[in-house]
Amino acid sequence: MQTALRLVAVLALAALLAVPLFPQIVYPVFVMQTLCFMLFACAFNLLLGHTGILSFGHAAFLGSGAYITGYCAKFLALPAELSILAGTLTGAALGAVFGALAIRRSGIYLAMITLAMSQLVYFFYLQAPFTGAEDGMQQIPRGTLFGLLDLHNDVTLYYVVFATIAGGLWVVWRTVNSPFGAVLRAIREHEPRAISLGYPVARYKVVVFTLSAGLSGLAGSMKAIIFQLAALNDVHWHTSGDVVLMTLLGGMNTVFGPAAGALLVSALTRYLDPFGAWVTVVIGVVFMACVLVFREGIVGKLQHVLRRRPREKRQAVDREGMVRTSE
Amino acid sequence: MDLFGVPIQALLGQLMLGIVNGSFYAVLSLGLAIIFGVLKIVNFAHGAFFMLGAFVAFMAGSYLGIDYWAALLIAPLVVAGIGMLFEYLFLRRVYGLDPIYGLLLTFSLVLVLEGGFRVAFGSSGQAYATPEALRGAINLGFMILPEYRAFVVAASVTVCLATWYVIERTRLGAYLRAATERSELTGAFGINVPLLVTLTYGAGVGLAAFAGVLAAPIFHVNPSMGSTLVIIVFAVVVIGGLGSIFGAVVTGLGLGIVEGFTRVFYSEFSSTIVFLVMVLVLLVRPAGLFGRTEG
Repeated sequence: MQTALRLVAVLALAALLAVPLFPQIVYPVFVMQTLCFMLFACAFNLLLGHTGILSFGHAAFLGSGAYITGYCAKFLALPAELSILAGTLTGAALGAVFGALAIRRSGIYLAMITLAMSQLVYFFYLQAPFTGAEDGMQQIPRGTLFGLLDLHNDVTLYYVVFATIAGGLWVVWRTVNSPFGAVLRAIREHEPRAISLGYPVARYKVVVFTLSAGLSGLAGSMKAIIFQLAALNDVHWHTSGDVVLMTLLGGMNTVFGPAAGALLVSALTRYLDPFGAWVTVVIGVVFMACVLVFREGIVGKLQHVLRRRPREKRQAVDREGMVRTSE
Repeated sequence: MDLFGVPIQALLGQLMLGIVNGSFYAVLSLGLAIIFGVLKIVNFAHGAFFMLGAFVAFMAGSYLGIDYWAALLIAPLVVAGIGMLFEYLFLRRVYGLDPIYGLLLTFSLVLVLEGGFRVAFGSSGQAYATPEALRGAINLGFMILPEYRAFVVAASVTVCLATWYVIERTRLGAYLRAATERSELTGAFGINVPLLVTLTYGAGVGLAAFAGVLAAPIFHVNPSMGSTLVIIVFAVVVIGGLGSIFGAVVTGLGLGIVEGFTRVFYSEFSSTIVFLVMVLVLLVRPAGLFGRTEG
């Protein structure tokens, strides 16, 4: 059954690589946007799924990535690679600050603290002179990557975005499947025991916060380059809620499940767009169903079915389907 | 006369407006605190129920000709009913799980309610007339205060006091406090805790709806009127100490005043100061100003 999954993955990869060749079937900009959200959701899940920390302020990192990249490209006339780097590092730095403050509490309080801090960040971008407030920062130049790849060319841009996002996802995968990732899971499962085993838990949490925020910043940076726009809804708390939905929908106990969730949410938003406000209602209902009966998420459920474990083990997985945060 | 280089009249004027806003915060955070105390769930849908209250009043007025005063009574009851149904059908299913699922479930309800009303009424908003008896204004010497705003403050304070009385001085309130402390033990004494929980949720969202009706003539009745407010109210409740009823009311009024002052000195920041206060308070007193240290 693993081979079936692998086959699906290979097919999906081939389809993604072929996207710019068939613009009449699927709009490449939509795919690029979805790719950004995939990275955003997987990066977010480093905290929620793998460490058991619910951050309700991740929009701050995505938005900062977008705004800082835009600022560097537009006002400092930096080349694309440096602008993206600046956006990513800003996201990471902000993540370190958020993390250092927020991990003093846990559970609901932690979520509220990150929400409060992201509102401060929102205020900054609303007021700062370079952001264009409600109009957003417009006409961000795409520039040339490493002086070689002209990003104004949509096909080049697509493959650059694809490669960057793939790189980001690889970092997520590598993190989860590393000794570091194992410690994160230990913290999620039983924090006092992780402490008693001698792990500097607070430092681990700040590091994973920074990493998650940096990758979110990267997603935001790419978004700014793709749309040539950084806007307030990237920093709005609704975006922080959306990423939780994507992650939960895809499956928070998987590495790439959130990417599937991001794909589904983006597709719903795009293809239900003609129905106006119904999109919100549909997403709300999907979210509700997901929280009530489908907590493992799509990919979680799939893995579960494909593995065909004996009954006892399946129940154990069911229980793991809930995040545990230590109180 | 000047104070900190600002005419004292402007200062007092903003203070009054701050108290008006603060009374909305107080009623909303009171409901949120009661719900958190018993259900241990952060009710993200609180703002949506506030919006629902305003819309019920609006619809009752324009379709059934029910006037403001009747709506002030009917809307909270209707919304409480809807809230209890939601609790009975859905919310109940996530009690045993991590509290974040309660947060997410109520968040999804926000999407459904806000989206639904946007489909039905559009996003621009509907005007709701101020009741005739309160159209005048009171001259306070330093400012002209519309009578309706004075009424809002008086009504909010009355409701907060009444709620306090019910919780602290009645048998039902005693059950409620018992269920907050030890719900299993309360159940063991033969009290129907699940019913109590449902009623609590109804009462909490009913309070939100009451605030919504109060707000209807001041703000435009629109689908997103609650979501901007609820984030601030969260901060209020966290600053006051989650689950502390007294803390929620005092902090609500207090932060309204802080906002008013901020508007004098740095008006753009007035909608954000609450979050700065929240971060600072949590750094010094992690359990909030009036909360007990736990969690």
